[in-house]
Amino acid sequence: MSYFSDIYKGIKTLLTGMSVTGKYFLTSRKGAITQQYPDNRATLKMFERFRGEVVMPHDENNEHQCTGCQKCELACPNGSIEIIWDRAIDETTGKKKKKIDKHVYHLGLCTMCGLCIEACPTDAIVWAQNFENSTYDRTQLTKVLNRPGSKVKAGIED
Amino acid sequence: METTVVKSNFKSEEYFINMGPQHPATHGVLRLLLTIDGEIIKKIEPDLGYIHRSIEKMCERDSYQQIVHLTDRMDYLSSHINNEAVCLTVENALQLELPDRVKVVRTILSELTRIASHCLWWGVMGMDVGALTTYFYGFRDREMINDIFEETCGARLTMNYNIPGGLMFDIHPNFVKRTKEFIAHFKTKLPEYDTLLTGNVIFQKRMKGVGILSKEDAISFGASGPVGRGSGYSCDVRKHHPYSAYDKVTFNEALKPDGDSFARYQVRIQEMWESMNIIEQLIDNIPEGDVQVATNAVIKLPKGEFYQKVETARGELGVYIISTGTKNPYRVKFRSPGFSNLSLLNHIAVGGKIGDLVASMATLDLVIPDIDR
Repeated sequence: MSYFSDIYKGIKTLLTGMSVTGKYFLTSRKGAITQQYPDNRATLKMFERFRGEVVMPHDENNEHQCTGCQKCELACPNGSIEIIWDRAIDETTGKKKKKIDKHVYHLGLCTMCGLCIEACPTDAIVWAQNFENSTYDRTQLTKVLNRPGSKVKAGIED
Repeated sequence: METTVVKSNFKSEEYFINMGPQHPATHGVLRLLLTIDGEIIKKIEPDLGYIHRSIEKMCERDSYQQIVHLTDRMDYLSSHINNEAVCLTVENALQLELPDRVKVVRTILSELTRIASHCLWWGVMGMDVGALTTYFYGFRDREMINDIFEETCGARLTMNYNIPGGLMFDIHPNFVKRTKEFIAHFKTKLPEYDTLLTGNVIFQKRMKGVGILSKEDAISFGASGPVGRGSGYSCDVRKHHPYSAYDKVTFNEALKPDGDSFARYQVRIQEMWESMNIIEQLIDNIPEGDVQVATNAVIKLPKGEFYQKVETARGELGVYIISTGTKNPYRVKFRSPGFSNLSLLNHIAVGGKIGDLVASMATLDLVIPDIDR
């Protein structure tokens, strides 16, 4: 007897559950649950704090704010940042001063922990919201953040 | 009831099968070596190490700030709580007094993490026992929490928002509004979970009386979190050893005495209500103030041993640091909830069917990177 009552209860509770799914089937509009990601690229806007990749912003004079203090390199847990630096003569004071030659960023090693950006005293590196980083060749994931011919902005001291 | 004994010439023989490392029901790269006789399980031997990354050893290489982001990758579903555990250990060792704002924000984020983790668990557990719809509904609600995290912390899963001494930066201006929206939304959705799955007789038949763990066994196996509480073992770290702002809020510890899979299920559903309750008590009055206490750029812990435990979504996570006074720890040990919860799988599933093993495993809520580290 309990066999039949179990079947009855099973069907009844199944229909109770299907009242929930049926409600969504009838009322939800297109895109209510699914994110239409590759189709909405034009309008997709990431949150401003989203950690996509590390970039170094340059102004219109091709000047960045990196003094080459290497604090980001020290803070990085897995060696994603390598700074190749040099000494140059400061034009105003005439003294020798550290400057970056190349700020190398290995995106393939980066875990997006954000410690380098926290450590930077001059806000020279920031997060970019670009997240489509797949490439066919992993060497393309090694990036030089400072542009060719760029120099540090005047008056930036760490 | 009469039992008919079928006399047959066929010889029953035990044999081995591998469940995993690529089995969908193991939720990761866990290999279970099953000794079975027909459909009856005789023995389960978990084989670990497929996703071992030697996080504990890597911690000995890193500074105390850098350790935090590695713990994201242990139990990735409660990564914020893992971060908090390491930060609390370091802060206790340095005897830092944190601002109230940090404590409250950490507590809210921890509870959001717990809800997100249980949402995902509810979805995949339904899928394990054959209900595909739960997966989509669980992920729909988890998505809202992920958005909150993405806006405030910058990442959806591996947040790394805690640093020793506070938070990396202040919460986003939209944080309070979004959290309130989520709570209002989820209060209407959680009863739907019950309508869809909890009351279903087919589901209850899969769950009730399956994988029974007694309270004594729960204690002797070191079970913690919802697994221990489903057996009536009061083991909530938030209640017994409050950290952050848990001493300021009132909440009930979800306890069920039955010890079967359904009890563990009910405990987790109850915990989602309690988490919402905790967030509601805190969200309206987040105290103003700093979000960081100044620490040295190179943190050196005093010589000694330090231990701190927290309640993650899976149970009790303990962080044990031995310091010799240098900038790196001498030894770091994580007491992960998943490992001890896995150890009792052999005890609860032997004698049952393979289908029941899947149901038992689903309610243990194992996260394999947490077990292997």
